[in-house]
Parts: sequence; C-alpha cells; structure tokens
Amino acid sequence: MKTALFADVHSNLEALQACLAHAERSGAEEFVFLGDLVGYGADPDACIERIAELVRRGAAVAVLGNHDAAVVSGWCGDMNIRAREAVYWTRERLSPGRAGFLESLPLSVRAGERMYVHASPHAPRSWNYVTGSDAAAEGFAASDARLIFVGHVHHQVLYHSVSHGASRPFVPLPGVPIELAAPRRWLAIAGSVGQQRDGTTAAAYALLDGANTSLTFQRVPYDHAAAGAKRSAAGFDMRWDLLAGIGT
Amino acid sequence: MREPWMPSPGEEFEGFRIIERAHEGGMAVLFRVEKPGLEVAMLMKVPRLGFGSHPAGLAGFDTESMILPRLGGAHVPRCIARSPDVDRPYLVIERIAGASLADAAARAPLAEVEVAALGSALAAAAHALHLQEVVHLDLKPSHVRLRADGCAVLVDFGLARHGRLPDLIGEEFRRPMGTGAYISPEQLRGERGDPRSDVFAIGVMLYLLATGALPFGSPQGLLGMKRRLFIDPLPPVVAAPGVPGWLQEIVLHCLEVDASNRYASAGLLAHDLEYHGELPLGERACRRARRGPGATLRRWLKARGKAPENPARPGARVNDAAHVLVALDPAGSSPRLLEALAHAVRQSALLNASARVTCVSVLEPSAGLDDERGEIADGEHVQQLIETRHWAAALALPAERLRCQVIVASDAAGALVDYARKHHADQIVIGARASSTLRRFLGSVSSRVVAEAPCSVNVVRTPGEAAEKQ
Repeated sequence: MKTALFADVHSNLEALQACLAHAERSGAEEFVFLGDLVGYGADPDACIERIAELVRRGAAVAVLGNHDAAVVSGWCGDMNIRAREAVYWTRERLSPGRAGFLESLPLSVRAGERMYVHASPHAPRSWNYVTGSDAAAEGFAASDARLIFVGHVHHQVLYHSVSHGASRPFVPLPGVPIELAAPRRWLAIAGSVGQQRDGTTAAAYALLDGANTSLTFQRVPYDHAAAGAKRSAAGFDMRWDLLAGIGT
Repeated sequence: MREPWMPSPGEEFEGFRIIERAHEGGMAVLFRVEKPGLEVAMLMKVPRLGFGSHPAGLAGFDTESMILPRLGGAHVPRCIARSPDVDRPYLVIERIAGASLADAAARAPLAEVEVAALGSALAAAAHALHLQEVVHLDLKPSHVRLRADGCAVLVDFGLARHGRLPDLIGEEFRRPMGTGAYISPEQLRGERGDPRSDVFAIGVMLYLLATGALPFGSPQGLLGMKRRLFIDPLPPVVAAPGVPGWLQEIVLHCLEVDASNRYASAGLLAHDLEYHGELPLGERACRRARRGPGATLRRWLKARGKAPENPARPGARVNDAAHVLVALDPAGSSPRLLEALAHAVRQSALLNASARVTCVSVLEPSAGLDDERGEIADGEHVQQLIETRHWAAALALPAERLRCQVIVASDAAGALVDYARKHHADQIVIGARASSTLRRFLGSVSSRVVAEAPCSVNVVRTPGEAAEKQ
C-alpha cells in the first residue's frame, strides 16, 4: 500500500485536488498531511473538509503546523506580516467545527518506523526549519524513527544519516524512486502542495511505498491561475507573491 | 558483540544455494550460487561488515544495491536478486564467464591492435553506462571482464555515482575514494559525477596495456595521488619505444589534468580507437618528455584553492558531447542540397562546443576481383574521401572535432545505420533526393535510415530546388 505525503497545503484547494487525484492514480491508499493545512490560500473550509473526511474514514493522518496552531490560538509568534494577515483572514471565516478539527491535531505521529511532524522533530513546538545538514542531524538525534517525514520548508529535499551526522541536502528529481535503504535513516521534506517558493507553479508531494523501501518525489501541475484569482478576489495582496517567487 | 552474518557453502537463502567461495575482496565476499529454474551462472555478493572491515563496506554495498538493479544492457552484469532481510544483506548477480582485463594487463605491453580493440570495447562499455546516468568512478583492470565476443562488462559499482540518486559514498566519506593508480584529478578534488573521470581511468589502462607501466605508479596516500594534478606522465613512447603516435595522442588526450581538455565522452574515445587512421595528430603525439617545472608551477597556481565543481548530471554531460553523423553522397547530391546539409550540420555542431562531426560517405563495391578493377576501386575510394573532406572543410570545424570516412558497402542505408549504432551517434544528418520520381524508382536511403536508426535523424530537403524544377 502506498502512502502519499502532503505538506503545506495552505488552503489551496486546486492544488490539493490535483495532488490527491495524482496520488490516487499512482496507487496511494493512505494520505499523510504534514501540517499547515491552512494559511495563504482562499479555501480553508473546503480543504479542511476534504482532509477531515479522509481522516474520519481512517485513510489519512494529519499533524499540526504552525499556521494551523496560529489560526486556532490567534497567537502568531514571530510570523511575518503576510502570514499574519492570512491567519487573521482565516480565523474570521473558519467555522467552529473546522477550527475544532485543527485543534485536535497532534504535533507528531509515530507509525512503525516512520515519524510524521511538521517542523524539525527537535522541539517540534518551536517550529524549527530543517534547512541543512546540521538541522537534519539535530532532527535525527531528536527521534528514534528510521524515517522522518516533515514539511515547513517548502522545497523537496532528502537527507540521510551518515556516521558523522547527516548528509548534505539532496534535491530530488520528480518521478525517480529513491531507495530508503535500512539501516540508514532518512529525513524527507515532502515539498509544499499549496505554495511554491522557487518561482515554479507545480504542486509538490511525495509517495512512499508500503514496505518503506522507496520514496518518489512528485510535481503536479494544477490550475494555479484559478487559485491565484480566488486569493486576489479574497483581498490578498498579490504583489508580494511575485517578489517572493510564489507560484500561486 | 554479535558476529556479522556470512553464509557458508551448502546453505540456502530464498532458494539460492551456496556452492563455494569464489572470491574474497576487501569489502565483500563472492559466492557461486545456484537456484533451480535459473540457468544463468550467478554470484552472491555479501558485504564484509563488523569490526575491522573496510569502512566503505556498507556504503559501497548499498550504493551497488541501489544502482545495479537500475542498469541494463550487455555491459553490466544482470542483477538477479536482493536480500529481503536487512540483517543478512546480499546481492545475487550474473557471473560473467570470460577473462578479466587484469589478465591482459599482466601480459602488457601488448600489440597496438590489441590495445585498440580492448580500449574501444572498454570505452563503449563506459559510454553505455554514462548514457544511463551512472559514472563508475573506480574503473581498473580487475573491474572489467571480457565476454567471449569481446564485449566488455564493467563490474563492482561500490563507488559509482547515479545522477538521480543520493550519493551515499560521497556523503559518508569526505576524502576521495578510488584506486591510487586510476583515480582522476577531479576525484582527488572531491568531485564525483563527471563521466570524464572514467575516461581518465580508461587512459591509465590504455597506458598500462600499451607500455606495461602505470603512468602515475600506484600511490596509496593522498599526497602521492595528487602528484598527477601537476606532473605529467612520461609519454608512452618514452616508456615503451614501440608505441605509435596515434596511440600516444589518444592516451595523453584521456590523461589531461583538466577534464574539459579530455575526450568529452567515452563514445568519442571508442570511435577514435576504432578509426585511428583518421585521427589528426597534434602536439600530444610528438611529445618526447614530460613538460617542465614551468608547466607544473602554472598548474599548481591554477589549482590552488580551486573548489570542487558542482557537477552537472552525468547524463547531461554526455548529451553535450554529441556525435553528429553526416551521411554524405558528394557525387549524387545537388550543390543546393550539399549547402543545405552543411547549414544543418553547422547548426547541430554550434549548439554544443564538444560535439564531434563525422562525415561518412558510402561507396558501392565495384564488381569483379581482378587487380585492375581493384586499382580502380582504390582510386574511387581516395577520390570520394577527398570530395568528402572538401565538403567538410566548408564546415570550418577544428580538426579535432571533425572526422571523414568512406565505407564500402552495397547497402548504403544498412551501412549507415550500423555505423551509427557502433559509434554511438546521437544524431544523423542526411539529405533526401530532391526529385520524387528518382525516389520512386531508386528507393530512398534516408527513409530507411529514419526507420532503422538508433538515434535522432535530421532529413535535409531543399524545397526551393524542387519547386524550381516544376
């Protein structure tokens, strides 16, 4: 059974639907949402509904992201102005039931030799980014899971354990299965479903086979213009997106 | 501490029965195995793990397990099975009958014909690997086997690099990994992923086969290995006076310190070894001594503080070194078509600076076998080669990127397709007959080439010319 790993959906319904369809076509039967279901995008309700329904059916697992936590608590910490703006916008519109779903999410989930968490497993509540070998080594040290799947950083990256800590970041090519050979440990950043920050527009996710032996990073083109138009209509300032190389 | 797992003869795993120990390597032990229903000769490779074993053992085994199953073709052993059990790692691979290149190396110096044949088989095997996005990075005689038909098979991918997969070896070890006698200068600087590193190792093997000596000795320490970054090898002809100029040209071209001065692909090297008669000889062919301390100093200054390059993907490098084959019929083509062909070739060759253009024209064998006819045929052959060279001169390509050839064959299309397959052409440029009447009666060489070629084909037409005639 294949597991699809989705991170940073950020209320982007078009991207979520495209990735779900792609994953189902590719044989995924289990779905993992690695946090940040909301924020930035114009469809928080529809996205949460879709995800919550999968979780209810037992087909999906979801963990809490910093945007989800901020929407629930109203506490934005050191978030930048655009992220705050999206948090406030989402808080105003989210129905109580859906906020309750976000509130119910755990910080991390352990499933066999896998661990799912939004930010670095090292103090997950402090939302540390896994941005390089040192951060990845810290993540390996903080967990005893052999396979760690995270989001938060919006780029697809793979690290593995080496005798002196963690490897340098490996940037995968889409569609190439990569073996996660044991006893080596692996930390994968699935990439963002709903918001690209590298100047491209295709949504990103990763697909893991059931025996935990191979991981395939995927890029899925979707109707980003429609998602962008909704954000614009919702009153988000789109000029910043261009500056940040954001694809929606 | 638990003893690492190692099977014994008589035991069975997943149906593979261990017959005997076949080879004891530093990092792994090879067993001959059998499985009912599988006719192929097989080896089981078991990594040496545990205390005192080589540190690269596990990373090397994982690297090979990852890469070998993705490879195909006649130049690599087939991967038959992998252990399903993490605690009992093994790999079952095809056992290549036939000799090791090390046997040939032990007989060196060899005759130039044999060196060229072994070298081109070896380079063809490396090229087939590079086209699959993999660089071997530890080519040496003991890692090359020769099938009965002369086809070279590369074995042991423990230090190899796949362009699309994480580099387990490069991440585990920051010091260069390879074999002292064969490792390339850029590997010593920490670069892993350049197909031209394998070209360098092939150059070392050619040197060894031709002279019986190793160009850089067999240093064990990093300092000794790094001498090759600055100091030239003794020219082969000095090491063994019988070495011909063309072979020295090829060997020293492979052994250039800077990878960008080497053969851009192993395929082009194989082509030169096969048709060394067409090779333009340069300064390398006439060298009689190492370059002096001035050159050493310049290289040292240039290399100082040079960080390893971020290597492009191996496949991309090989694609840049395109081999463009021009099928030329100097007598049967109109001047307009010849011009259009030259234009098309210039466009292909301009796209990348390391592309090679080979102009091939096919000559029909003349009937009869008596001496007089033979002389006429020789004259025709030379005349056609001169015409081909004349046309090619208009391309204004540097000599080292241009080759001209006349092949004698009655089936032009078949001969062109064979040539393209054998010499790893990436593109064929061919002209089509302008008149459709001629095409109808004589058949079209180009359409057969299009149908049968192993690579892209660019068929050049001159629509203006056809319109004028109507």
